[in-house]
Amino acid sequence: MREISTDKITNVIEKLCIDSNTVLGDDVLDAIRQAHKQEESEVGKEILCQFLDNAALARDQELPLCQDTGLAVVFVELGQDVHLVGGDLETAINEGVHRGYINGYLRKSSLDPIKRENYGDNTPAIIHIEIVPGDKLKISVATKGFGAENMSKVVLFPPATGIDGIKRFVVERVEKAGANACPPVIVGIGLGGNLEKAALIAKKSLLRPIGMRHPDPEIARIEEDILTEINKLGIGPQGLGGSVTALDVHIETYPTHIGSLPVAVNLQCHCHRHKEQLI
Amino acid sequence: MQTICLSTPLSDEALRTLKAGDKVLISGTIYTARDAAHKRLVDLLERGDQLPVELQGQIIYYSGPTPPKPGMVIGSAGPTSSYRMDPYTPKLIENGLKGMIGKGPRGNEVISAIKKHKAAYFAATGGVAALLSRTVKACQVVAYEDLGTEAIHKLEVEGFPAIVINDIEGNDLYRDGKEKYQDR
Repeated sequence: MREISTDKITNVIEKLCIDSNTVLGDDVLDAIRQAHKQEESEVGKEILCQFLDNAALARDQELPLCQDTGLAVVFVELGQDVHLVGGDLETAINEGVHRGYINGYLRKSSLDPIKRENYGDNTPAIIHIEIVPGDKLKISVATKGFGAENMSKVVLFPPATGIDGIKRFVVERVEKAGANACPPVIVGIGLGGNLEKAALIAKKSLLRPIGMRHPDPEIARIEEDILTEINKLGIGPQGLGGSVTALDVHIETYPTHIGSLPVAVNLQCHCHRHKEQLI
Repeated sequence: MQTICLSTPLSDEALRTLKAGDKVLISGTIYTARDAAHKRLVDLLERGDQLPVELQGQIIYYSGPTPPKPGMVIGSAGPTSSYRMDPYTPKLIENGLKGMIGKGPRGNEVISAIKKHKAAYFAATGGVAALLSRTVKACQVVAYEDLGTEAIHKLEVEGFPAIVINDIEGNDLYRDGKEKYQDR
């Protein structure tokens, strides 16, 4: 048994909330530079340059990249040989989010869904805990804005829909989302499972670095096919017309039921903010 | 494509010259308002009451800024998706609002109101809020302070960059831009 204090977890979460909102990942920056080379629209190119300028400014002055600093989505992979001491895990996570959003001057967006009254500290986080072998604790924080989240969708298709039907559904979703999802987007697809599993693996797929293909060559090919189709839509950077509508497509799969073909599409804006730490 | 310097309040003459696709740099006073503030404004208009801010000729910016760090005028303040304000916007345009800044397409009723009452809808780049905030020189909450980030903030901006999406002739840059690059 390895002991990890919940205070440590709180401190890590606080830092990850602030870092993810102010420092864009290298994979995202590389993808934007690559998109700039491919983009045919002059306005589109200018917008991609603005993304890079904004990222440099936000990093240098520790400013939020986007005013929508999201709900904090926290993925925890907890080793089964870890013994947590000092308090309970959920409280420690939410205390970290509370401190991160207050001390980092981040926007507080969480509120009561009926009364619409803001809680004032962006808690509670959306927490996903997985027990895994080992004595480590991995924390991933995705601070996801809702422009793109609002454009996401889960459908439980009949099996006859097939791979072609799935491709059409995903491309149509990106088309309907248009400028609202802040393109160029990263498209997270959850294929299989059930209602909630499809949505969860779609979100998790977004944590994979941009440009990294699925290890299964058949799934990797579907990712590439969908990316090609999306970039024929003409939506372009910020929806003003152009040749780069998506930076990447990530698929995660899970076994499903004989009577269903669940598909979740979780759209991610170009300002793709997530940070990880292993304890 | 041209870059046009605009100042608020927007004149009818300026609005007549704007075309979808024009780049603009906006200077002067603009007001932030999102979903919750829009609901309150339209409730007031429907009751025949006076608005807490004078909207004649003015621009509403769909933005909920982050809190300012010490010594700063404002935090990061970029545009949010505009479609959520569609149920309220025609009523505000009928009552003198002349411009909206946000991101994403508008519904037909908003586009018709823009055409009928001679207004304009502008898009600012989403996800570059730190950059856009540099054009904000002053910021003051002028109504609905209880709404926090969703309160109405009066901003003084200098050279705020945006692009015309919907003009008085009913053009739509989102539609035209996409058609130009489709299936290439």
